[in-house]
Amino acid sequence: MVRTMLDVADLGHTYQAKDGAHDAIDGLTFTVEAGELVCVVGPSGCGKSTLLRSISGLIRPTRGTVSLHGTPVDGVPADLAVVFQDYSRSLFPWLTVQRNVEFPLRELSKAERTARAGEALAAVGLENAGRKYPWQLSGGMQQRVAIARALAYRPALLLMDEPFASVDAQTRFELEDLLLRVRREQDTTVLLVTHDIDESVYLGDRVLVLSKSPARVVAALDVGLGEKRDQITTRSSDEFVELRAKVAGLLQSAPTAETVH
Amino acid sequence: MGFLLGKPSTVSGTRRVPASLVGLAGLFLIWEVASQTGLVPELYLRPPSEVLPAMVGLLGDEKFLRALLATVLATVIALLIAILIAVPGGLVLGSIPLVRRACMTVVEFLRPIPSVALIPLALLITGTGPDTKIALAVYGALWPILFNTMYALDELDPLHVETARAFGTGRVAVLTRIALPSAAPFVLTGVRLSFTIALAVVVSTELFAGGTKGLGQFIMEANSGGAHMDQVLAGTVIAGLVGYAANAGLERLNAKLFAWNAPRGEAS
Repeated sequence: MVRTMLDVADLGHTYQAKDGAHDAIDGLTFTVEAGELVCVVGPSGCGKSTLLRSISGLIRPTRGTVSLHGTPVDGVPADLAVVFQDYSRSLFPWLTVQRNVEFPLRELSKAERTARAGEALAAVGLENAGRKYPWQLSGGMQQRVAIARALAYRPALLLMDEPFASVDAQTRFELEDLLLRVRREQDTTVLLVTHDIDESVYLGDRVLVLSKSPARVVAALDVGLGEKRDQITTRSSDEFVELRAKVAGLLQSAPTAETVH
Repeated sequence: MGFLLGKPSTVSGTRRVPASLVGLAGLFLIWEVASQTGLVPELYLRPPSEVLPAMVGLLGDEKFLRALLATVLATVIALLIAILIAVPGGLVLGSIPLVRRACMTVVEFLRPIPSVALIPLALLITGTGPDTKIALAVYGALWPILFNTMYALDELDPLHVETARAFGTGRVAVLTRIALPSAAPFVLTGVRLSFTIALAVVVSTELFAGGTKGLGQFIMEANSGGAHMDQVLAGTVIAGLVGYAANAGLERLNAKLFAWNAPRGEAS
C-alpha cells in the first residue's frame, strides 16, 4: 500500500531582518511516499535548512502547510528524527555512545531502551562501541552513531541534513551504502538534503531539484536505478551518468523566483 | 582510547609532584632561615622546625580536632547551600533573558560587597552561633557558582539544543538533560573557587566572634598573650592544607567526571 508520508503544500518562509524581509523558501510543494527515499538537491544557500527546520517543527513557517502521515505539523512531531551534518556537535559528549542512542527513548522502559539502542548500533556496525564516548570515535563512526540514534527512535520520517558532507570521500561511500542497506532492512522513509549531485542520484528513489533562494521545486526526477546499487557499477552506468548530467543542467540554469514569476 | 584519558594526567603527574614538593621545601627553608637568623622577630614567626612538630601535636589534640571539624563542617554546609541556591538561580538567569535583565543590576550591586565586611553586622543580627558564619560564607560563595552557571549557558551549543528538540524534548527537559550537563564542568569550577572563599569567610568570622567554635577561634585563643605562636602558625598552616586538599580533590573530581570536556585534538 502506497500512502503519503509527508505532504508539503505551498510552503513559504520569510525571515524578518533589520534590513528588510528575506524569503528563504516560497511556494514549495511536494510529497514523500511511505518507504521512499527522496533527495533534495539545490544550490548552496537556497533555503534547504529552512525547509528541514519547517518540516521538523523547529520553526513555524510563515505560509503553507506540512503534514506528516496526514497530521498537520504544529510543533515538533513525535515520530520524526533528524541527522545533522555536524555529528560532533549533534552528539552529546557527556554521554556514552549507548546513552546517546538511548537519548530520545525516554518513554520506554530501561530494558527496552537498552535493547533498541543495541539493535540500532548493530545495524550501523557499532555493536561494540556502546561504552565509548563519541569523541573517542572517528568522524565516520560518530555519524554512524547519529544514524543509529535516529533509527532507534523508529521515526515515521527520517530527515537528513547534508549528513555525509563532513566526512572524507571513502567514508562517505561507506555511509551512503550503509544508509541504503539500513533503509531497505527497516523500510524507513527518508528525506535527505544534499548539495552533492552524485549523492542525490546515487541515494534517491526520486530527486527534487530546487531553485536559488527563495527555493521552489524546479524538477522532480524519478531515479530508475533499482534497489541494488553499488559505488562502482552504479556510478558508471549510463542511467546514472545521464541523470547526474540532467540534475547538473537543471541546477546551473535553475531560475530565480523572479524569472519564474 | 584509554591513553587519551590517561596521557595528560600521567605526564603532568610525574612532572608536577616533585616540582611542587621542591617549591614547598624551598618555602620552609626560607622560613626557617628567616626565623633563625632573626630577619623577622623569632618570637612571633616561629621556625618550621617548631611549627611542624606543633602541627603533629595538634592533630592528636581533641580540642583542636573539634575546632577543625566545626570549621570544615560549616564550610561544607555553606558550600552546599550556595550550590542549591546558585545553580538553579544561574540556570534561570542564564536561560530567561527577561529575568536576567531584571536581576543583573541587583546582582552587580550585591556581588562586590565583601562578606567579611558584613561580619560585624551579621554578628549583631544573628549572634555568634554557627548559622552566622554559614550565612556569611553562603553569601560569599554564591557568586562564582552563579556566574559560572549563567555564563556556561551562554556557551551552550545551539545544535545540542536543536537536536534534543527535534527528538521531542520539551523546554524544561532541555534545561535538565542538555543545559545542566553541558554547564556542569563550569559549575564545578565555580564550586572550587567558592570553597576557598567559604573557608576564608568561616575562619574570619570565627576570628571575630569569641563564642563561635572553630579553627579561627582556636588560632585567636592561642594568639592571645603571644605565648603559643607555634600553635597559631600550626593552625594557620592546617587551614591552608584544608583549602589545598579541597581544591586538589575537586580538581580530581573534575578530571574524572568531565573527561569529555578536556581539550583534545582530533580523535583518530
